Amino acid sequence: MNVETEVLWLDEHREISLRELLEVSGLREAELLELVHSGAIPAHDLPGGGYHFSARVITVARTACRLRDDFELDTRGLGVALRLLERVRTLEEEIGRLRAELPR
Amino acid sequence: MKYADYYAALGVERGASADEIKKAYRRLAQKYHPDVSKETGAEARFKEIAEAYQTLKDPEKRAAYDALGSRPQGEEFQPPPDWARQHAGPGAGAGPEPFSFDESDFADLFSRFGARNGSRNGAQPGEDFEVPVEISIEDAFRGTTLSLTLSLPEYDASGHVRRVPQTVKARVAPGAVDGQRLRLPGKGGKGSRGGRDGDLYLDITLKSHRLYRATGHDLYLDLPLAPWEAALGATVEVPTLSGLVSLKVPAGTSAARKLRLAGRGLPKPRGGAGDLIAVAQIVVPPQLSERERELYRQLAETSEFNPRRHFAAEGA
Repeated sequence: MNVETEVLWLDEHREISLRELLEVSGLREAELLELVHSGAIPAHDLPGGGYHFSARVITVARTACRLRDDFELDTRGLGVALRLLERVRTLEEEIGRLRAELPR
Repeated sequence: MKYADYYAALGVERGASADEIKKAYRRLAQKYHPDVSKETGAEARFKEIAEAYQTLKDPEKRAAYDALGSRPQGEEFQPPPDWARQHAGPGAGAGPEPFSFDESDFADLFSRFGARNGSRNGAQPGEDFEVPVEISIEDAFRGTTLSLTLSLPEYDASGHVRRVPQTVKARVAPGAVDGQRLRLPGKGGKGSRGGRDGDLYLDITLKSHRLYRATGHDLYLDLPLAPWEAALGATVEVPTLSGLVSLKVPAGTSAARKLRLAGRGLPKPRGGAGDLIAVAQIVVPPQLSERERELYRQLAETSEFNPRRHFAAEGA
């Protein structure tokens, strides 16, 4: 079967709802909200209450779900792990940028 | 199908206790989990470990696995018909058309247990898949169509699974960068009992390039300059992804100076583009003619320039 398909960019230009994030991440609502409240998953406040998210967050939330399942982590453990992974990602990006500046 | 030695995957004896199996899994998961490990082959190794643990942690699945006997890792085999009747779900190995394992993976044998126990009564969403994809910098610049052939699991009404090859074509618009994630909704595993189809996620990395080094949408390029070009200034031709452009090198350019060509990097998906940054390198001719040597000698005698003047203060 040959299927040409729509591709969605998971970047900061696309926004998704709480419901969509729950559906694609596999997290439970209480877990996701606790991660949002702890700051481990960034969210934007909606004017009437509630949250919406950058599509970049899908990757973070899916990682949280994998870590929960594979390491049996609770939400506090997930929050710490996500923050550390984000720091690693930022540092890796910085190393990549510095390496690109170095002549071969 | 090929036999998988789940005990060997976890590094435990066949008679290991549930606690020993759990400890072995945790130790190996910390080492090979793809979200935390950068070891080569970690993702494939973790898949083996997780597959083994999913079966051995469940007493019923473990008993079914043990009933297959012990075989060398990777040996071709078919589960005996009795095993299918006892373990593989309703209808397996029974009736006029015996159930076939021909299109199944080894791990699929144990994915049926939920169906047999009735825990698959509700809608089951299809599995999500993440696929790493490497594209060239040229493809990131122009955009590209990826053609991915995947072997995806499909469940029938009885919960039996078979692997179905599927080719997915995905048009990636210009502007993908290293680390970009793309989502193809509904292109993962098929859902069952009304569950939604899973998604396919593409993790993009850019192949290393002969000339360019990418960071985000910016590209870096080494710009070799002759000493006189660096000293006197010059206009040089520089290769960009859209062709040659002229770059004015200011007089007195030192090595490592960055010369920016705005908007000549990778395009951004919603308009604009990164920059091409040429990093000056002063390259000395490997061999000098007699005339060149004489001119350098004259320059050395004439010039008062001391590039190590700042060393003097340290040595004083």
